[in-house]
Amino acid sequence: MIFQLILILIMIILAIAASLFKDLINAVVTCAGVSLITSILFYFLQAPDVAMAEAAIGAGLITAILIIAIKKTERYEK
Amino acid sequence: MNFLFNWMYYFASGGLILVGLYIVLVKTNLIKIIIGINFIETGVNILLISIGYIKGRTAPIFSTTDINPADVVDPVPQALVLTAIVIGVAVLALALSIVIRVYKHNKTLDVTKIKGLKW
Amino acid sequence: MRRVISIIILLIIAGGLILAFSQIPFGKNKINVANYYIKKGIEETGAVNIITSVVLNYRGFDTLGEVTVLFIAAIGLGAVLFVERKVQRKVSSNKEDKIKKASLILRTGTQLLFPLILLFSTYIFVHGHLTPGGGFQGGAIFASAFLLMYLVFPKQSINKKSSSVAESLGGLIFVGIGLLGLIFSGHFLANFLPKGVPRTIFSAGIIPIIYIAIGFKVGFEITVIIDNLLERSK
Repeated sequence: MIFQLILILIMIILAIAASLFKDLINAVVTCAGVSLITSILFYFLQAPDVAMAEAAIGAGLITAILIIAIKKTERYEK
Repeated sequence: MNFLFNWMYYFASGGLILVGLYIVLVKTNLIKIIIGINFIETGVNILLISIGYIKGRTAPIFSTTDINPADVVDPVPQALVLTAIVIGVAVLALALSIVIRVYKHNKTLDVTKIKGLKW
Repeated sequence: MRRVISIIILLIIAGGLILAFSQIPFGKNKINVANYYIKKGIEETGAVNIITSVVLNYRGFDTLGEVTVLFIAAIGLGAVLFVERKVQRKVSSNKEDKIKKASLILRTGTQLLFPLILLFSTYIFVHGHLTPGGGFQGGAIFASAFLLMYLVFPKQSINKKSSSVAESLGGLIFVGIGLLGLIFSGHFLANFLPKGVPRTIFSAGIIPIIYIAIGFKVGFEITVIIDNLLERSK
């Protein structure tokens, strides 16, 4: 229970950090971190199907698609 | 302390929705706005699954014969969230293709400089 | 000015959320509709995974809608990013000589890992009715194997025509089995094959066949999305 509380606090801190970074690659990496912690929380809520889907799609494919889109546009936010 | 343990999942979901809404309303870079939309969708998914959770029960898969049908969590929100995650990735891919096209036309990603979106 | 109004709106929404969430008790028994699915799930569908039987048997029409939404997103992405052939060839010849070759460990490791990842993803969506898993998870892992090949070898790409044929075939098999259910049993997406013994692989009627079709469809669809974004195949 304490472990889940610490994970939730880390998740909210990562989400706030994603809005403050100026380098867009850093924001995408924190978005992947939020997806990873969400997948672990789904396991604690007794939902293994949804945890597998969130880990494969949220932490894998969304990160790749965002980095390809950053490569075709600009990297730094002004 | 017991109060915190009972409501921490709702705090997580509400916190993610509010951070995502702040990013969509205040930030001016198009890719950051898309990351904010992703946060809102993740927050809603956590809310749906934490509504279906019952204390002391286990996952709804009868893999061995000694799991009682009265001992499992609610399976309907999990089926709905499975659909919602896949639709989230489809919407994000389409939105990113539109962003790439807008960048090729305007050479900037700033929302206040693209013609027609002035506040 | 924009920040002040946004923070006021966020505080109002936060108040509304707190008012709504305090009415939902956490961890209490609220099962209403799913009592029927849990009690009668195994004998009516034959699948041990209750979530699979809800997604494909009791709420199968919603899964058809989701597959349609993915299909529309893939088509829309291909249409928005469509570049004329002459412009594409002129632009891509400038940037190709700057990409460095990947190291030897990366190239050899990827060539060893690629068939293993494909095998693992096929295992996940064939056993969708017995263990946690299913078509969508298996399809995402299938696409990540192709993504690994794209990242390591900068000059290779898939054959887009046969990927499109395989993806459309997956969708056609799903709708075709639904229409066969209409012919044999009276309503769309009915479970007309024999149910078999639970906890074996040849059980649960049409559910493994539909999950195999959905797994291949989602895998090839996301691969075609990544290929369109990278603009690599000619």
